[in-house]
Amino acid sequence: MSLIYPKESLNAYPKHLSPEYKSTVKRSPSKPLIIVPHTLSELTGPVFGHDAVQDGDADLTKQHKGEPLGERIIVHGHVYDEDKRPVADTLVEIWQANACGRYVHIVDQHPAPLDPNFTGTGRTITDKNGYYKFITVKPGAYPWGNHHNAWRPNHIHFSVFGQSFLTRLVTQMYFPGDYLFPYDPIFNSVPDEKARLRMVSTFDLENTIPDWALCFRWDIVLRGREQTPLDNDEH
Amino acid sequence: MSDITPSQTVGPFFAYGLTPKGRCEWAPNGSYSWKETVGDNLITPDATGQKIHIEGRITDGDGVQINDAMIEIWQADSQGRYLHARGEQPRPNAKFTGFGRSATDKNGVFGFDTVKPGAVAGPNGKSQAPHIVVCIFSRGMLRQIYTRLYFSDEAANATDSILNLVPADRRGTLIAHKEAGTEPSCYRFDIHVQGDNETVFFDI
Repeated sequence: MSLIYPKESLNAYPKHLSPEYKSTVKRSPSKPLIIVPHTLSELTGPVFGHDAVQDGDADLTKQHKGEPLGERIIVHGHVYDEDKRPVADTLVEIWQANACGRYVHIVDQHPAPLDPNFTGTGRTITDKNGYYKFITVKPGAYPWGNHHNAWRPNHIHFSVFGQSFLTRLVTQMYFPGDYLFPYDPIFNSVPDEKARLRMVSTFDLENTIPDWALCFRWDIVLRGREQTPLDNDEH
Repeated sequence: MSDITPSQTVGPFFAYGLTPKGRCEWAPNGSYSWKETVGDNLITPDATGQKIHIEGRITDGDGVQINDAMIEIWQADSQGRYLHARGEQPRPNAKFTGFGRSATDKNGVFGFDTVKPGAVAGPNGKSQAPHIVVCIFSRGMLRQIYTRLYFSDEAANATDSILNLVPADRRGTLIAHKEAGTEPSCYRFDIHVQGDNETVFFDI
């Protein structure tokens, strides 16, 4: 199956330069991007076998001797293309702060404790239905230096591959009802409200496990759809 | 038709998840134990062709090194074939994935050990000059930026259909220069995210 990747779909993305997020000012291209056709080099992409992940990689609560502190949660959903076909066998990588809002990284100097039982990284391969599932703890909000009293909403970082090098996506999953949304320039870098809300997971009571863990559902839609007859000049 | 999920920045703290064996020591207590999924050495035992090293430095609009970037590359094997379908017949380079990922070090330097790709099919039935697709992520980038790496010692660059879409005075930013006297050959490919000598990035 070969898909097409209309560039109009990228209108959902933030602009490269988004001055409210200050680091973009010196790290965004200033000259026009060159428009080129998609060739075999863009239409193909990395392929991962199930040996890319090991048993337990998707459970972030079992990587150390003890259990991490915080609210245990399940995060699951499907990876789709633009026609809502499942994207099977694709690598999904996540990383996040711990329940106190601290990352295992020396640059993170937020005076909140590290958790010896939590690193905060996981990965999995989607099944034939495009389904993925992680078990983790809810990440905390944390301060950052973008502006006075700047705090990031709770979020989990996601890295997804898909069927070509054009479907490559790095993004962040947010939690429903976060009171920090109006103040976050990264979240608000996505200009369209509907598109912004596609980064927010939904609370999933049906798959919440009694006496054990809350569940959040988040579907990811990557670029790529089938060419429709209307788009085909030969018809 | 569904609407796609927007991109967000990779942020400053991805190292322990995406590049745990990276070039900076970001772990507060020693090194990250997380197994690396994808690294900066693409060479497999079955890889045929010319082994090469690629090295470059990535800088921002002030010329300051970006020490928290992640560079991903995607390329064909030495025979110009991409690994885009599984279940093929066993063939040379079957284990060569063509995909690599490098963190930058404290000086903004990234690098890959790989093989020089062959020419691959291009638009209008013509072949493309050997090249590597490069995808860049970092804090301060809300979405990835794509560029291409071409090789200074390839005559086919002159007729490459993609390279010819780039204004002639900026084409040089896409050429990795072979450094004299290196074995295996080292190609230098610096990336200027912004500024006078800004690397050409593609809208794809």
